[in-house]
Amino acid sequence: MTELTATATPANRPALSGRVKAALVLFVLFALMPPVASALDDPFYVLIGTRIIAYAIAAMALDLILGYGAMVSFGHAAYLGFGTYAVAILSRHGINDLFLQIVFAMGISAVFAFVTGAISLRTRGVYFIMITLAFGQMAFFFFISLSAYGGDDGVALAQRSTVLGMDLLETNFGLYYVSLALLIGLFFLCHRIVGSRFGRVLTGVRENPTRMEAIGFSPFRYQLTAFIISGCITGVAGVILANQAQFVSPAFMSWHKSGELIVMVVLGGVGTLAGPIAGAVAALMLEEWLGHFSDNWKLYFGIFLVLMVLFSPHGITGVLRKMGLVRGQE
Amino acid sequence: MMNLFVLQLLNGVQLGVLLFLIAAGLTLVFGIMDVINLAHGVLYMVGAYLIATFAAATGSFWWGLLLTLPAAVVVGLVVEFVVMRRLYARSHLDQVLATFGLVMIANEAVKMIWGTSPLSVPMPEIFSGSVPLMGPLKYPVYRIVIIAAGLAVALGLFVMVNYTRVGMLLRAGATNRDTVSALGVDINRLFAIVFTLGAVLACLAGAMVAPILSVDTGMGESVLILTFVVVVIGGIGSIKGAFLGALLVATVDTIGGVFGPIWLRSFLDPSAAGQMGRVLAPMLVYILMAVILFAKPAGLFGRRA
Repeated sequence: MTELTATATPANRPALSGRVKAALVLFVLFALMPPVASALDDPFYVLIGTRIIAYAIAAMALDLILGYGAMVSFGHAAYLGFGTYAVAILSRHGINDLFLQIVFAMGISAVFAFVTGAISLRTRGVYFIMITLAFGQMAFFFFISLSAYGGDDGVALAQRSTVLGMDLLETNFGLYYVSLALLIGLFFLCHRIVGSRFGRVLTGVRENPTRMEAIGFSPFRYQLTAFIISGCITGVAGVILANQAQFVSPAFMSWHKSGELIVMVVLGGVGTLAGPIAGAVAALMLEEWLGHFSDNWKLYFGIFLVLMVLFSPHGITGVLRKMGLVRGQE
Repeated sequence: MMNLFVLQLLNGVQLGVLLFLIAAGLTLVFGIMDVINLAHGVLYMVGAYLIATFAAATGSFWWGLLLTLPAAVVVGLVVEFVVMRRLYARSHLDQVLATFGLVMIANEAVKMIWGTSPLSVPMPEIFSGSVPLMGPLKYPVYRIVIIAAGLAVALGLFVMVNYTRVGMLLRAGATNRDTVSALGVDINRLFAIVFTLGAVLACLAGAMVAPILSVDTGMGESVLILTFVVVVIGGIGSIKGAFLGALLVATVDTIGGVFGPIWLRSFLDPSAAGQMGRVLAPMLVYILMAVILFAKPAGLFGRRA
């Protein structure tokens, strides 16, 4: 077991991989956005930016299992929903602390991911996609019929979360930068996970589960652990989303949201972590942009999706790679 | 109590028959082509909108139905030729994305063409009454007709799959499509036939149910997920599994929704039972799916996981 860690010594790793560099560029751009937006007298963009950051976290979390574990989860919006409802439920009971809400969101997400993951991971391929979709839908219906928290209509939040008793998130700027800090922290966490022994086993299972089993690893345990970690991180994204919208409803967990998360991952490039962050930016900006033209923006988004799959199977990074702008393994 | 049970059982069977019509095509497409098609629910919705349009134009449900079926063939062939055909060799992820795109396109296109307000389809005159069932209980004739028509189609499908040449190829394709292709069967033509058959069945389901539902853009979505549950429970590629799965899911859904709260009330106080029943009832089919998959990961009649 220790031999594997030996191959991952810092010595054979480049100082900063291209992906980390790409992520750092993205983070700098994120950090510069609010001053620019307020200089342009468009502070509304800060709120949209927070939404983008929340989805970037969720897309990155999904990439952790989709890209590195080949698990196409079509129910990830459920965890976004758990995060949002964690905020709603705790604040109803007078607990507004961001960290407690995050812990609660991760707790619900972990339990749900453990139970549904243990069942879904007994299958693979098309079955896995459909089963995760069905479980996501189950969570959706649960919150629709939960009339104590607004049911179908959802519930408005009286206030945003507090950080250690301070109302740091009350301004849109504060919320934006706290969310950005979470995104950066979670990115490096995911980066560490992917580079660790655990991440290598996970990638190994993706490539060939039979061989990994033959050399003594239980694929199921590693996959389930990754599934739970991914769910928890997506739950954090939900906490941000609830604060951004100051409103919580089952709409956050509809299967369309799960689909959009997959779109973000693929748009940015599967198995790159930084890619899905860019994918979230691209997908949500495309939505905003198309929304300016027409109420039927979904039609154009759908056409874009179909064309993207038919003509560019590897997402934006695939296109860039073809043009020689990005190097990297397939 | 007994009356209510019989009534809900009939409703369950009626929903089950519809689910089967949709699931049959889906399970064949999954099983034979190994393609995941999220847009299958859209075909059901399109069927309902087509009959709404044709019935309004001709003033008759029957003319509407007669025109909907060939239109469904055209829709199936076009979708197969333009999009699905290019997805067979792709990864499941690509298939998910492209068909998700199709769902968005179809939902918006329907909104643009027919507007957002729900349409209604007139019930055919001869089936508009109800028949006495037992005691004071009456049941709408039209729902019985749906059950009968659905069972007839199921029977026809059974005969086709088991006793015709196309059916033989379908079964062979579901077992091992490479071998079928190597034996000189035009696999592309077979795929086109299977997909179009599935599309027609889904459109037919939508057309049949249109008079008792309001026709709107959301109708494909709820049915799609239930159909997935049916296919997963029955086992991918199995028509028999789809049939049993559809009846099981539909009866659990309808009977559980009514009798779950009644049963809970026997040991909880009424308000808690009502609250819990409302929360649990929509989750029942998913719990059923989880239990079945826990015991049989490939579904009831699945060949491979």
